Amino acid sequence: MRKKILIAEADFDPGAELEALNLPGAGGIASFTGTVRNDTGNLAALHLEHYPGMTERALEKIVAEAASRWPLLGCTIIHRVGRLTPGQRIVFTAAASAHRQAALAATGFLIDWLKTCAPFWKREEFKDGASQWVEARESDEEETAKWK
Amino acid sequence: MTKILYFAWLREKLGAAEEDVELPKNLATVADLIAWQTTRGQNFAAAFGEKNQVRCAVDQDFASKTTPIAGAREIAFFPPVTGG
Repeated sequence: MRKKILIAEADFDPGAELEALNLPGAGGIASFTGTVRNDTGNLAALHLEHYPGMTERALEKIVAEAASRWPLLGCTIIHRVGRLTPGQRIVFTAAASAHRQAALAATGFLIDWLKTCAPFWKREEFKDGASQWVEARESDEEETAKWK
Repeated sequence: MTKILYFAWLREKLGAAEEDVELPKNLATVADLIAWQTTRGQNFAAAFGEKNQVRCAVDQDFASKTTPIAGAREIAFFPPVTGG
């Protein structure tokens, strides 16, 4: 299986990442791209922090778990860190398989597990200069539990 | 010596990203270590107090309150994760 795990400040090109998953035998390539929301209009930026070393280990485990559940030909996780402004891409998960069901399911699994099983933290920076750490949501735990 | 790392608001409250600590020999589990942390001064008591849901990793694997810490090289404390 082709595997790509990347944690970086730099932006990524979803088109190029999908092209890289167009592997021999692939009949379905699915992906999820997460961007910085600005529901209230007050957000200046999100600051993404992680635990270098452990993050890579955690993402390796998530990819291995996905590969044990579905017949994947390729799997990609990209997570950006640092300061990101509304509209910018934060995260990308994608999977390639012979058929669509496995690609779609694995893509959903990767993002659900990433949200609760990888050491990233978000801090919101508001336009008035205030700042607060984002609290974990129970609904994310529930989404992960569905896969257990 | 054991390296202890802090992330997100824990790092901010404690004013330190990491420290090397000689842990008391009688600390067996993560729960023991958290209880000990609360005795290390006001900042620690506030950060590790019961109202805060502090999570832990031992040698870069997620740990529970009952995870043993004997022989651990690196222990990290952080809030529940919020990536993605």
